[in-house]
Amino acid sequence: TSVNKLLYAVSYSLCVYTQVETVLPPPQSLEGGIYPGTHVFLPFTAGWLTSPPFGYNYPAMQPGYQQSPTPRAGSSPSHGGYNAPGYQPYSQPFPSLSQLSTALGGLSGVSEQEVEGLRPVNLLQERNLLPLKRGTPAEPNLSSNLRKMNCSPDTFRCTLSSIPQTQALLNKARLPLGLLLHPFRDLTQLPVITSNTIVRCRSCRTYINPFVSFLDQHRWKCNLCYRVNDVPDEFMYNPVTRSYGEPHKRPEVQNSTVEFIASSDYMLRPPQPAAYLFVLDVSHNAVESGYLNVLCQSLLENLEKLPGDSRTRIGFLTFDSTIHFYNLQEGLSQPQMLVVSDIDDVFIPTPDSLLVNLKESHEMVKDLLNALPAMFTHTRETHSALGPALQAAYKLMSATGGRVSVFQTQLPSLGAGLLQSREDPNLRSSTKGVQHLGPATDFYKKLALDCSGQQIGVDLFLLSSQYSDLASLACVSKYSAGSIFYYPGFHHVHSPAQNLKLQQDLHRYLTRKIGFEAVMRIRCTKGLSIHTFHGNFFVRSTDLLSLANVNPDSGFAVQMSIDESLADTSLACFQAALLYTSSKGKRRIRVHTLCLPVVSQLSDVFAGADVEAITCLLANMAIDRSISSSLLDARDALVNAVVDSLEAYRANGSNLQLSGLTAPAALRLFPLYVLALLKQKALRTGTSTRLDDRVFAMCEFKSQPLKQIMRLIHPDLYRVDNLTEQGALHLNERMIPQPPLLQLSAEKLSRDGAFLMDCGSVMYLWVGKCCDEMFVRDVLGCPDYASIPPDMVALETTASERTRAFVSWLDSPPSFCHSVLLSVRDEPSAKSSFFQHLIEDRSESAFSYYEFLLHIQQQMSK
Amino acid sequence: MAFTFAAFCYMLALLLTAALIFFAIWHIIAFDELKTDYKNPIDQCNTLNPVSVTEIWTRDLFQLVLPEYLIHVFFCVMFLCAAEWLTLGLNMPLLAYHVWRYMSRPVMSGPGLYDPTTIMNADILAYCQKEGWCKLAFYLLSFFYYLYGMIYTLVSS
Repeated sequence: TSVNKLLYAVSYSLCVYTQVETVLPPPQSLEGGIYPGTHVFLPFTAGWLTSPPFGYNYPAMQPGYQQSPTPRAGSSPSHGGYNAPGYQPYSQPFPSLSQLSTALGGLSGVSEQEVEGLRPVNLLQERNLLPLKRGTPAEPNLSSNLRKMNCSPDTFRCTLSSIPQTQALLNKARLPLGLLLHPFRDLTQLPVITSNTIVRCRSCRTYINPFVSFLDQHRWKCNLCYRVNDVPDEFMYNPVTRSYGEPHKRPEVQNSTVEFIASSDYMLRPPQPAAYLFVLDVSHNAVESGYLNVLCQSLLENLEKLPGDSRTRIGFLTFDSTIHFYNLQEGLSQPQMLVVSDIDDVFIPTPDSLLVNLKESHEMVKDLLNALPAMFTHTRETHSALGPALQAAYKLMSATGGRVSVFQTQLPSLGAGLLQSREDPNLRSSTKGVQHLGPATDFYKKLALDCSGQQIGVDLFLLSSQYSDLASLACVSKYSAGSIFYYPGFHHVHSPAQNLKLQQDLHRYLTRKIGFEAVMRIRCTKGLSIHTFHGNFFVRSTDLLSLANVNPDSGFAVQMSIDESLADTSLACFQAALLYTSSKGKRRIRVHTLCLPVVSQLSDVFAGADVEAITCLLANMAIDRSISSSLLDARDALVNAVVDSLEAYRANGSNLQLSGLTAPAALRLFPLYVLALLKQKALRTGTSTRLDDRVFAMCEFKSQPLKQIMRLIHPDLYRVDNLTEQGALHLNERMIPQPPLLQLSAEKLSRDGAFLMDCGSVMYLWVGKCCDEMFVRDVLGCPDYASIPPDMVALETTASERTRAFVSWLDSPPSFCHSVLLSVRDEPSAKSSFFQHLIEDRSESAFSYYEFLLHIQQQMSK
Repeated sequence: MAFTFAAFCYMLALLLTAALIFFAIWHIIAFDELKTDYKNPIDQCNTLNPVSVTEIWTRDLFQLVLPEYLIHVFFCVMFLCAAEWLTLGLNMPLLAYHVWRYMSRPVMSGPGLYDPTTIMNADILAYCQKEGWCKLAFYLLSFFYYLYGMIYTLVSS
């Protein structure tokens, strides 16, 4: 009625409704101001790009690419599978291929993308398989308005972008089905909804999302369980257009990534304040390495930028063979150190003022940070009582919860949780499998579970030069939703690269957004279920994940199975809901919803395969397998994954070529990525790998988001000494050159060039012996080639505008911490770290890419 | 009716098998509860208990595992002493299985088979459920077998 409408209009105009907040890299701007009433919908371009879209503006084929010779004359250029809006159909299709495309196109209205995804590629003959640039994956075959509203692939991605209808069909395709999530990613646009009622399905508790169907104005049908629900009256009013009766125009139903402000129903206790505890190793080893200086400097710089509000609390704990607490009560003349030497039964010396309010005790904290590095310079203690220190940290933080950052430099040698050295250096290059990948004791796991129960997340920084049993120590972070950072051989003078990395990592770590006391639940359409989870969290019940802390740099993966046939639906939807307390004490729910089509043909399944997501999920599975059974089993399983899927494709598809190794275009990079995976530190055999390095690489695979993992597995290689303006991006009045991606083979390197390899957290700049002197002078700042110091850390202060622009653009996606740039000279001694990434080449213990393809072909014909 | 040592063994085995059947049923219910916890349509905050259902049931299961194995070992020893070779032979596979299961449990300091961090994996959960049902079937059959054995030894001497 009109009176109702008026009442609602009045009452809701008094409240603030929808805000579009800009989440800028400094997280403080989030959750801050309130924007009255205005709302801006950005035109959502394909694939949820932040504005302006990257990489979608380059017009025609780059001349550099067209000039590179393709081995087979007249073959179609091998692009596609990664579709840009500027997609151009191939110029010279095979005669049989055109028949195939018309046949397919005519039959089922299959889009060009699907045909392109199915185009058979003979891997043994086509060498240039890489796309011009690493772009976003093929879009799912949905109608354009569904596609516009769909969740960004950076946030939520499925290994198969067309879901098979039945488990039998999935088994025939021999590809894993799973999701890769990055739910707390830094976003620049996030609609925040502050309505009093959060509309959810009554039976499955799904949040309302863009893919529900409205039966009429007052009823909506859940897209996950198909139950019909009522639309509450408040929902009928749309505050943005100030109109009544159009519930489908509301922001919750227009955006697939939204954030709700949670009411008190969603809280078990009042939202906790941000609490940070730093647990620091101050044994002789630690002081020698000099990390304390770096940490204290970084903390002093970033103290104001720690996410939080006026209730933020901070505390410090140091330990060697005893535990030292610091009384930071405001009013004392200087911080007071309290030593507890009874490490078998740790107790807290004073009930409060060990974890103090940051604003009130600001000066005391700064005094402590200034004094800390000098306090232990003459220490003779060599033992490290990490276990008792963690127990003390747990006791200190259990009242509030929060984040504990542990810095450790050696094997814990005293007290509970002490560890023995288990690594045998002679077995580092063994081809018979690797022992001791799992924890030696469950002390750290139990502690992590206790911490998780009290909403304490433990982050581990390991800065050791010798074996420190990371396999056992990592458990403390894995199950309490913490992160692990590793700096092998850290020394503040002798390892400048590690030093710089620590500084940059600390800056990102201290200033990035954080969520406390979080839980996440992933729901799927009826018929699909999730059976295994990968990532740093504790699985509290079959689909509820408990995350004590949630941060924007961690990714998760799940594996799914199809329990019932999806024949009666054409769309499968997935929803990830993350309930957390922001650093300012507000309870929020971030909801992401993904919608994918359901298909019944095997060829459609192959056309929609997302090879990067498949590789990452397989990496997770391989790591689980190598810990629970053996590394060799895991490696075999990876090779079998490729063999099986290619066999399934061959058995199904129309056989255009009987010889050679044919893969659908969507999976053409699959053998390459699996080969790269087999050569990773985590999974390689035959090459000397330290156990801690291996375990750390495994932890990275299980906790990083997809983009980082792909760069770890298959780094991007570019030639940078001849950057041209051709095809460059114009961004913020800067011109960013776009050199093409090169294959990871020494064949592509040349003596008179300089090449940049982007591995995610590290970038290598390889300079050839005969490289242009001008480049060496201008870009690297050295007078000539011979004077480039080995392992120099080249900072961003180069004279060449173009190179700098390119390198900083590579570095710029806001979710990652800055990369460290290392230079590598073309001489035998400096080569190993760079050359181990050239995965297409043969090494002493592993295949080259071509040999691997032959091996697969051999396995397939058995 | 001679009340031999064998008859006494069978009688004791009968009573203890009842206890084992009870344990097996508890085992099944525990895993079922773990599995279906998420389908409970109670509002989300009710499931955010500081001590999760996972931890409660895993703790309970710790208390079930060793008694069950010890009781079974006790049976085998008893039948050995009573020279009931057929019955002993029937119980040997289960004894071997118990030994294998306990040796290959995840690293932990206390007794127990189940690790709360991995138990929620659907394949491990499914395996434990199957194990529970199989054991229930086995113990039920054993119960009737011991009943028969007891009557047989009582009557036949």
